[in-house]
Amino acid sequence: MTALLSIRGVTKRFPGVIANADVSFDVQPGEIHALLGENGAGKSTLVKMIYGVQRPDEGTMFWNGAPFAPGSPGEARAAGVGLVFQHFSLFEALTVAENVALGLPAEQAGRDLPERIRRVSAEYGLPLDPARQVGQLSVGERQRVEIVRCLLQSPRLLIMDEPTSVLTPQEVETLFLTLRKLREEGVAILYISHKLEEIRALCTAATVLRGGKVVGACDPREETARGLAEMMIGRELAPPGAPSGTSGAARLTLTGLTAITTAQFGVSLRDISVELRAGEVLGVAGVAGNGQDELVAVLAGETPVSPAMIQLDGRHVGGLGPTQRRRLGLNVAPEERLGHAAAPEMSLTDNTFLSARTRMRLALRGFLRLGAARGYAAKVIEDFDVRTPGIHAPAGSLSGGNLQKYVIGREILQAPGVLVVSQPTWGVDAGAAQAIRQALRDLAAAGTAVMVVSQDLDELMEISNRFAVIAGGRLSAPRPAGETSVEEIGLLMGGKADAAA
Amino acid sequence: MLRLERRKERSRVMTWAGPLLAVALTMIFGMILFAVLGKDPVRTILIIFWEPLTNDFSRSELLVKGTPLCLIAVGLALGFRAGVWNIGAEGQFIVGAIAGGAAGLAVYDTAGIWVLPMMCLAGAAAGAAWALIPALLRIRFNANEILVSLMLVYVAGLWLSALVTGPLRDPDGFNFPESRIFHDSATLPILIQGTRAHVGALAALAAVVLAWIALERHEYGFSLKLFGQAPRAARFAGYREARVVMLSMAVSGGLAGLAGTFEAAGPVGQLVPALPVGYGFTAIIVAFLGRLHPGGVLLASALMALTYIGGEGAQLEMRLPAAAISVFQGMLLFFLLGMDVFSRYRLAPSKARLARRAQGGAA
Repeated sequence: MTALLSIRGVTKRFPGVIANADVSFDVQPGEIHALLGENGAGKSTLVKMIYGVQRPDEGTMFWNGAPFAPGSPGEARAAGVGLVFQHFSLFEALTVAENVALGLPAEQAGRDLPERIRRVSAEYGLPLDPARQVGQLSVGERQRVEIVRCLLQSPRLLIMDEPTSVLTPQEVETLFLTLRKLREEGVAILYISHKLEEIRALCTAATVLRGGKVVGACDPREETARGLAEMMIGRELAPPGAPSGTSGAARLTLTGLTAITTAQFGVSLRDISVELRAGEVLGVAGVAGNGQDELVAVLAGETPVSPAMIQLDGRHVGGLGPTQRRRLGLNVAPEERLGHAAAPEMSLTDNTFLSARTRMRLALRGFLRLGAARGYAAKVIEDFDVRTPGIHAPAGSLSGGNLQKYVIGREILQAPGVLVVSQPTWGVDAGAAQAIRQALRDLAAAGTAVMVVSQDLDELMEISNRFAVIAGGRLSAPRPAGETSVEEIGLLMGGKADAAA
Repeated sequence: MLRLERRKERSRVMTWAGPLLAVALTMIFGMILFAVLGKDPVRTILIIFWEPLTNDFSRSELLVKGTPLCLIAVGLALGFRAGVWNIGAEGQFIVGAIAGGAAGLAVYDTAGIWVLPMMCLAGAAAGAAWALIPALLRIRFNANEILVSLMLVYVAGLWLSALVTGPLRDPDGFNFPESRIFHDSATLPILIQGTRAHVGALAALAAVVLAWIALERHEYGFSLKLFGQAPRAARFAGYREARVVMLSMAVSGGLAGLAGTFEAAGPVGQLVPALPVGYGFTAIIVAFLGRLHPGGVLLASALMALTYIGGEGAQLEMRLPAAAISVFQGMLLFFLLGMDVFSRYRLAPSKARLARRAQGGAA
């Protein structure tokens, strides 16, 4: 059988790095093929070459046995390659049909488009109303728009980049049904994910990349998740430690926390009351866009609220700004690393000033202590194994996972009384994710109250002592992590608070 | 064909070579411009860039012209770092001259070493206040500070005309639209005897040093840079936008106001409608030419002062129109911004050529 896509000895170099070195593998028709690898292993570069965004320096790709060198995404789409990005490229103010039309060649975006969208979405179990505004859709529905847009062009190969990171368990199941149906129709799927359990459940072949090279190929159904992870990072993982069960006095208390947003697609926080105790990790689950960003901004002090709504060790801090809160021991690591938690063009040294200048005394009466900042940056890099040329490297030059380690490390090493972290391991490879989770657990064990806001349920299950779900700007009552099933959480995440009560 | 490819990091070489290349390109295209106007291009360039350096008087004039440019541009550079676009330094300069001058005239013929400091304070405060108008409008109503500050330049100019034909008019001046000539205590001490170079040059130097300390060693400068590069990160760090906008507008306005007072109490010696000659606008070029870096601004203001003096020489000697000199100065900013692209991007072969090469390899 001729492979649908065959990659032979593909090499791609960038200034200073080899993103792909002599990569070869085949994708057969009707196969769900996993592409596994740590961050920076070269998965995105490979995908970009298949999709015609970049061109290989060496090597050849074959499509049904014929040489394949797409010069643009348009050419790749014409050949039958569809790509669903990890971050959606949709216009929130336009309708579903308008968004789909924008991604299609003009001759396909005719009057009958809404009807075709309805047909395709019904056929593949992706219910979608073409007339709705994208800004009103959930993240799962937005992903459907992207998938339907691809399916309308009848792709032979569908590339999915981290598709489940934003979905509820139920939505993941629906997606898997769709993907399996496509497979039965002979469509090949190249599936990129960090979630090893998913890959074992869905994929029938896997290619593992490490440092730009193919280090293994296997049938993931016959491997354990641990085995896959070790193949991916090339060393043995430490087993996850059990959550430290004990918790002490309340350190952070939210009382009737309400913040009405005026942003067009923002979510208002409504009447959130919860207690965060010393020594515990409280997991906050939820589908993206249900108030997580707003909650983190309110806790960070970027959005002030009335003083009594937030109490830190008994003090009212709702009206204080970020600097004063940090001085009192409330630190926050926001989700967006570049441009929010770190300034991309500034060095790792300068980036310590962002959040550590008060607690680590990096600034005295307004004057910057460069030596102290350099020392602190070096310590973060050392303790959290941040791979970088040095403390002078700009934050933007670090890979996502390494920057995440730096950002989390910068907060943890300040030994705050309360630490709020959003998406601590988003886009981070398995090895680094394990290290970050361990560091958060250690911090809690030392008496800090930790809140982890994440969309990765497996992660929350592993790390949290207690567990709450945010949906539509409301937070469910926390419950012990061990006593909650994934199904219950999924229902809460869908906003059905009564179903699990 | 060629296309632009983004560099992974800013090129350090291009960051500093850019201004030099821009000056070189300006000279080349300036020579073309002068040739088209029927003037000897080499001679004109020599008059602009070389002759002012050959005699004592022109050299001292460099200080006279460079002082306001440097003072204003240092302040603008701080604001530009934060993404606060004060385009109306010319207006703040005028208001500074009015307030400083009026303060001096209010105590006309009173001797005292306190007169000049009082005038400087009044000028700086007035400049800062004038700059805070666009700052407050931006904070409160999200009004664009570029437009508001620019429009206030013309308001300031009209105030100057109105005042020197009204309350500030010289009572013994035969109704000419000008104020009294400032008395000695209200006139800046001369730095070099026999020239117009005044002690304002020292203030400009001090401003350069203070701005450098602020940018490299102090949280104030850090917050400006952070706000300019990554506004969300600045909020995360606990710096408030309103504060950054107000502080950078007030500082740049204050320095422009001070420069205005110096100009009135120094080389001009009285308030006249023709007092503003465009230092506030030229300082924008100076700030960018100096890479928004205080040391760079110092060098750039010297260079720009040179083109002012040389330009006057060229107008006299080569009978060039004044507009040609303005075009020449504008070209400098144009090429500078063009060169800036290359610190972030590099030239690479176009995709079409790459495609042909790849096909050749596959065949």
